Order: sequence, then C-alpha cells, then structure tokens
Amino acid sequence: MIGIQYGITSLLFLLFGFLLMLAMRYQLAHPGQPIPLVGGLMEKALGEDMAKGGVMQADLYNAFGAMHGTIMVFLAIVPLLFGAFGNYVTPLQIGAPDMAFPRLNMASYHLFFWGGAVMLSSFFIPGGAAKSGWTSYSPLATMADSNFINGQTLWLVGMVLLITSSLLGAVNFIATIIQLRAKGMTWMRLPFFVWAQFVTAFLLLLAFPPLEAAGLMQLADNVLGTSFFLPTGLVVNGSKPDVSGGGSPLLWQHLFWFLAHPEVYVLILPAMGIVAEVIANNTRKPLWGYKSLVYAVLSIGFLAFIVWAHHMYLTGMGTKIATFFQTTTMMISIPSVIILTALFISLWGGSIRFNTPMLFALSFLPMFGIGGLTGLPLGFNASDIYLHDSYYVIGHFHYVVAPGTIFGIFAGIYFWFPKATGRMMSETLGKIHWFGSLICMNGIFMPMFIQGLRGMSRRMYDGGATYFGSGVGADPGVLRLNNAITAAAIALALFQLPFIFNFFWSIWNGKKVESDNPWEATTLDWQTPTPPPHGNFATEPVAHRGPYEYSVPGSKKDFTPQGQPG
Amino acid sequence: MEFFSKILNLPDVASAHGAGIDQFIIYIHLLMAALFVGWLGYFLYTVFRFRSSANPKADYAGAKSHFSSYAEVGVAAIEALLLLGFAIPLWAKAVDEFPTKKGDAKTDPIEIAIQGQQFAWNAHYAGPDGVWGKQGIQHASATNPFGLDSADAGAKDDVTCLREPFYVPLNRDVICRISSMDVIHCFKLPRMRVTQDAIPGMTIPVHFKATKPGDYMIICAQLCGNLHSTMKGEFKVVADAEYAEWFAKKAASGGAQSFE
Repeated sequence: MIGIQYGITSLLFLLFGFLLMLAMRYQLAHPGQPIPLVGGLMEKALGEDMAKGGVMQADLYNAFGAMHGTIMVFLAIVPLLFGAFGNYVTPLQIGAPDMAFPRLNMASYHLFFWGGAVMLSSFFIPGGAAKSGWTSYSPLATMADSNFINGQTLWLVGMVLLITSSLLGAVNFIATIIQLRAKGMTWMRLPFFVWAQFVTAFLLLLAFPPLEAAGLMQLADNVLGTSFFLPTGLVVNGSKPDVSGGGSPLLWQHLFWFLAHPEVYVLILPAMGIVAEVIANNTRKPLWGYKSLVYAVLSIGFLAFIVWAHHMYLTGMGTKIATFFQTTTMMISIPSVIILTALFISLWGGSIRFNTPMLFALSFLPMFGIGGLTGLPLGFNASDIYLHDSYYVIGHFHYVVAPGTIFGIFAGIYFWFPKATGRMMSETLGKIHWFGSLICMNGIFMPMFIQGLRGMSRRMYDGGATYFGSGVGADPGVLRLNNAITAAAIALALFQLPFIFNFFWSIWNGKKVESDNPWEATTLDWQTPTPPPHGNFATEPVAHRGPYEYSVPGSKKDFTPQGQPG
Repeated sequence: MEFFSKILNLPDVASAHGAGIDQFIIYIHLLMAALFVGWLGYFLYTVFRFRSSANPKADYAGAKSHFSSYAEVGVAAIEALLLLGFAIPLWAKAVDEFPTKKGDAKTDPIEIAIQGQQFAWNAHYAGPDGVWGKQGIQHASATNPFGLDSADAGAKDDVTCLREPFYVPLNRDVICRISSMDVIHCFKLPRMRVTQDAIPGMTIPVHFKATKPGDYMIICAQLCGNLHSTMKGEFKVVADAEYAEWFAKKAASGGAQSFE
C-alpha cells in the first residue's frame, strides 16, 4: 500500500519537475518571449516580478532551475526507486509478510509528503522559490533573498523533512532485508534488485546526516545571523552586509557533496536492480556473473563515500588531494563497468522477448553507457578544467538519470503493473512511449555535449545569448542547438501522453492477467496472489534455489520458481 | 590532433598549456569512443542473434568466454595510464609550477588580481612602481571594489580595470590571483583553457601564457545570482609594445580611477 502511495505521489512530482524544465527550455530557445499556454497563468500565480507579461524573468529561471533539480532528485526519483519500488517489491522478493517497521514507514511517507508540500509552497511566497541551484552554495544561498522567510529558508526546512524521511526509510530497509528473509533465502540467493536496495539504504543512512547538519547550519546563517559559511569581508552591491564573518563557503561544499555524491548512486542502483530483474526474465536465462554483480554493488557502496571532491576540483585544490579523489573516482568506474558489462553479457545465449519492460531495460544499457563514459573527462581534473560547470556536465548527468534511471523506472512500472492491478498495460501504447522517449531523450541531451565542448556554461537564463550571441567569442551555432534541444523536449512531453493515458486506462480496462505470474518469472514476488494481500503470501514461502533458474537443463518449463520445492 | 579537435568542437586554443589539455581531452574521448562502439556493436549483434524467434531455447550457462575479464583489466590499465601519464602531470604543472620572478622586467610574470563581483569582472595591477597599493575593506565601495587606500603612495599608480577589458602581453607568463567580493563566481577563460573558482574570503592563483593575440571572453562559470548569464568579461592579448603603452597610460591617468 505504501509503495503505491509513494508511487503515485512521486510520479506527480516527476511530472511537475518535467513541466518546470519545459518552461525553462522555452525561455532558452526563445529568450524574452512569453511562454505559450502557461505564461499568463505564471504571471497570475507567481507575480509580476517573476513572470511579467508571461516572460520568464531571470530570478524565476534560476528558481525553476534549482527546484527542477531538487524536485527530480529528492521528490521524484528517490521516492520512486526507494519508497515505491523498494517498499512494494523488496518484501515480496525476500518472502517477507511486510516491511519490518510499518509505523516508521508511515512516518517516512508523511515526512516526504510534507517536505514536498513545503517545497511547493515556496514558489508562492515573496521572492519565490530557492534560486541558488539544487547545490545551494553559500554565500549566494544566504545573500540571494532579502526577506526573512524566503524560498531558500523553506527549501532548507523541506530538505530537513525529506532527509529525515529517507533516514527512517533506510533503517526500515536494512532491518527488513537482514531480518525478514524467508527460510532458505540466503544472501547469495537474493535477487540483484534486493542487493541494490540494500546498498542504497546504507548510502542514504550514512551520507545524509552531514547534509542534514549542514542544512540546519545554513538555515541558522539565513535566519539567526550566524556565519557558518559566510567569510569575513563581504561587500555586496557596494555595501557591507551585516554578517559576523569568519565562516567558510568551502565547508558547505564539502558537507553538501559528501551526501550528494553517494546520492547519485542512490539514483542509479535501484534502477540497475530493476533492469537486472527484467533482463533475467526476458532472456529466459540466469543473469551472467551474479557474484560479480554483488561484489561490484558492494564496492560501489563503499567507494561512493570517498569520491565527493571531484565536484570541487576548481576550488583551489592542490595536487595531492586532487590525485586522491581522481584515483578513487577512476576506481569507482570499475565496478560500474562490471555491472553494465555483466548485464550486457547476460543477453548472450538468451531467448530475448521484446515486450515493453524489456525494451526500456535494454535501451537503459547503452544510454547509461553514454552517461557513464562522459563522466570520464569530468572525473579527471585536467580535462575538468575546461569542462567544469559547462553543458557537458548537464549532458553527462542527464544521460545517467533520464534515459538511464527513468527508463529503469518505466521498465519497472510496465513490469510490476500486472502484479499490483491484475491487468496488463497496453503493449502498443507502451512501444510508442518507448520509441518516442528514446529518440527524444537523445535529441535533448546529445547536443548538450557539443554546447559544453564549445564552451557554453550552465545555468544561463538567456540561453547563452550574452556570451555567444555577438561580440567577442560569438558562436551562433551554440545558440541554434538550443532550439533543437527545446523541440526535442516538447516532443518528449508529447510522447509521455500515451504513457499517462495507458497507466490510468489500464487500471480499469487493461487486459486481465490469466495467472498470478503473467511474465513467467522465477522470483518470489510473482508467487503471491494478485494483488498481494495483507501478509503478502498465501502460504509462508521457502526459497529452494537461486533467483534466476530459467531454462534449467532437463526441466519441462523454461522457468523454475524460486519457491518451488524439489 | 587538429582533426580530432575539430570533431570535438573544441574552440581554437590560445595558451601554451592549453594544447596539452586538449590532447588529454581527445585521448579520453578516443577511449570513450572505443568502449562505446565495442559495447554497442556487441549489443546490437546480440539482441539480433538471440531474439526469441531465432533462438527459442535459451542457454542456461550463457557466455563462457573470459574476454570480458581481460577487457576490464585493459580498461583499468588505460585509465591508470591516463591518470598517471596525463592527468596528474598536467594538474601538477598548473598548480605546483608557477612562474617565478627573476628580476628581468622583460620576462617576469605579469601579476593581476582579479575580483569577481555581482555581475562583472575587475582587474588590479600593481603600477609601474611594482608596489601593490594598500587595500582595506573600510575603503571598499561600488566605485572602489578593490578597497584601495587613496592616501597610500603605493596605490597612486595602481592600474584598475573596472568592468572593462584588461590587457596581457603576448607570450608572457601571467599570474591571476582570483577572488570575489560577494558570492562564489568562477573565472573561466575558455580559449586559454583556464578555469578557477572565485571564492570570497580566498585568493586562488592561476597562471597561463597567451600565445595568440586577440580579444577573448571571460565566462562566469558558477551561478552567482540573477544576472549570472550577463557576466561576460573581456581581456585583450597584445604585443609587448602595445601592452607597455596601455599600461603606462592607465597608470598615469590616476590609473585607479575608482578613488572617492
């Protein structure tokens, strides 16, 4: 139940974050033009200084930018992967009747919901929402607004609620996976999805607390007059602000990135888990290199904590520290490559079925490949000198999250929909959704690498018109790419319509499943009634074999369920 | 290399160390291309060959070759080579090997203090006397961002460029000491392959040597407020003689016109 609650809420946030981006993309391709359809609404709802004449003003662009990142990461992707898929599928796959702490789970959901409400409300207060990036670097985060209660303050309050929500969730997952596995469900018989959720829970548990502390410290800077992150000697707009000084902007960066780097593994590991389940099922053979997958995901879990300063190479870092972080960053690329390669090799020898979940799972692989590979020139500091804060970075991380993680999420939705509802989603609409999304995602993010290599920087409200429109360094090609990218973004939006329609229509009108296991899957989540009742299983499950016993030689069927005795 | 630079859309490099960075970027992209083409080729072949209509019965054991393990070791080795052979030396050269003053006015590095502010770039040179004018926050204002003390003798000939292009001589070492007055900015000279965060409360040096004359762009590469996208600066690389003429004129005209 809570999985479904998380699922619907976070899908709505995903849509909202997407709409923010569409408005931004329109401004980038047509700077200074009123936004069609919603421009007037924006002016009415957000005020004249934000959207005069329906035109996105610079402050609003920065607010949309900061909130797009925040909402996508903390209100959409993590709650979908961890809160929705995690809570729904994990207990089923380990053979547990429920999560270990249902009340803690409910508290977790409420903190997520109210954190989200606080974040959304910040759009409507004077000064608007937080506008200093999802990264909220000080001193800008403290200096950007003059009102006492402002968007940044609400952002910090919202973050404290969301972080607490994830911490409670992490405790729940760790306890559940350790304690509530069914008889016979040994560690090395766990589906890879569960391993991915397990490591994700540890990442959340250990990485979030420094950011929660830093958030409270920045909140104190904003409302209590402290200077944790504000140095001495500031002169803003010709005058000296009333701050005590003595603080360090770098301290905020360290505390922020200590979480935010492991956070990106939180964003990818559960998606890899989903992709692994769908691939095993639709190749009709066990995953290749199960042990390598497990050791790789554990390595990522450990290494994730010691790479964070690769986001800070240009802060005046010396050679020794830069060498340390580059080395750990290169090291972490190894287990990531191992996981991707194991999934690629799992295809070999299979009997591949091309249904909608599998199409998304398959295309995840090269898309995540592009995302991961483009991390290499960013992870090396000498090349980062040129590519830092450029559109190359935006291309890199969006490839990993958008045609990466989000494709994993789509695969999971099409795959587990019949377990939750007893009906299949339409394959035709699913294939249209898949094909259009794949083409458009590439249309949006591939040109960004070119823009970055040509020197275009991020977070430019006018789309780079000032820098590249005329005068020294003019480069109209960069600006023309803005239009192509925006067109692809609008097309991507249109291709989500079949999905949204399919999702709701199929709840009542989708083809009814003929069995509890329409995909003929081996894992315990498909050995439950549809939908799973209170207690999940009709009879207590026992694991008798590994999770991917497909096409076992000598067996009559091409799959042997994990819970089947003998 | 030129060929790959064009494919990658890298703008013409105009600094001495920049070619090394471009070469490094190219090598990394060659590795990326090799991996991507390899993976993609294998992937497309595999989903075609093992589609269920062509292969109705899956093989429980799957791939048995150990090629992937060797390939993995190969990739790790190449990454180590890039790290040890290129990344670390390039960074060390940028960060540990600053040009030093030897007392020769013709070849000593030019030192410029760069101050980012919302929303412009300012430059400050010690004047012909070679003495940096005394600075203090009590003097700082919108027209005197460097807080120069008008009573100080050393400050009288200091050269400041406020919201206007600063000049550097061709083929001369330049050391820029980067800081900020208010929020974090980032001093990025794309054609020079120079980037350095401008952090208030810190002064961070960066050095380069411009090898082509011309007018160049300064980009602010860190979100710094609502007019971040308009914070375009400019600097000019000119021949020695022209630089000397400009410098003398600026120093003489009460070089720092920012005094109150």
